[in-house]
Amino acid sequence: MTPILFWALKFALFLLAVAMLCALSRLLIGPSAQDRVMALDCLYINGMLMMLVLGIVYASNVYFEAAMLIALFGFVGSTAMAKFLLRGEVIE
Amino acid sequence: MNDFIVGPLPLWAEIVTAVFAVLGSAFAAIGSFGLVRLPTFFRRIHAPTLGATVGVWCMTIATIVYFSVQGYSLFLHAILIVLFIALTAPITTIFLMRAALFRERQKSGDVPPQAKSG
Repeated sequence: MTPILFWALKFALFLLAVAMLCALSRLLIGPSAQDRVMALDCLYINGMLMMLVLGIVYASNVYFEAAMLIALFGFVGSTAMAKFLLRGEVIE
Repeated sequence: MNDFIVGPLPLWAEIVTAVFAVLGSAFAAIGSFGLVRLPTFFRRIHAPTLGATVGVWCMTIATIVYFSVQGYSLFLHAILIVLFIALTAPITTIFLMRAALFRERQKSGDVPPQAKSG
């Protein structure tokens, strides 16, 4: 791995960490419930991107499966919470 | 971090991977920064979609290029992730938007005007 890719991946990890901190701050201070759900949605997408970068860093396919699982369960979780906000119950 | 695996990758593949990884994470960072910066919920909901579309696409291209060159075969599983995100992110956003409109109208808050139905 040349220094170009090494430092680019470190910089990408740093940017994603900043992005996750931004989403986390909105999750903590969000004035309403829908703000918090949206911040959680953003947080899982950033975490999934971080998993993809880690997969490139360690040259391993395992992180890819983890990213897929995060995408799957993140969607289920945020949709269930949005449905709960809309109706007051998840499954009618 | 000394456990980085040193692979004999060609230079162009490393440069393409580096550029797209940095681009994708920069888009995700801009989107998440907009989440903090914008004033109301109805403006804020636009920001994270930047990371969910362009960010995920760029990162997928980086992953595909890196693993295809490294494994000497086409690595197309990463398309699954971007397809899945492209299918599911609008659903979540629509649900959230309807929930927010419903809750704001219920407490007669400040909501955007209704679209003209024609």
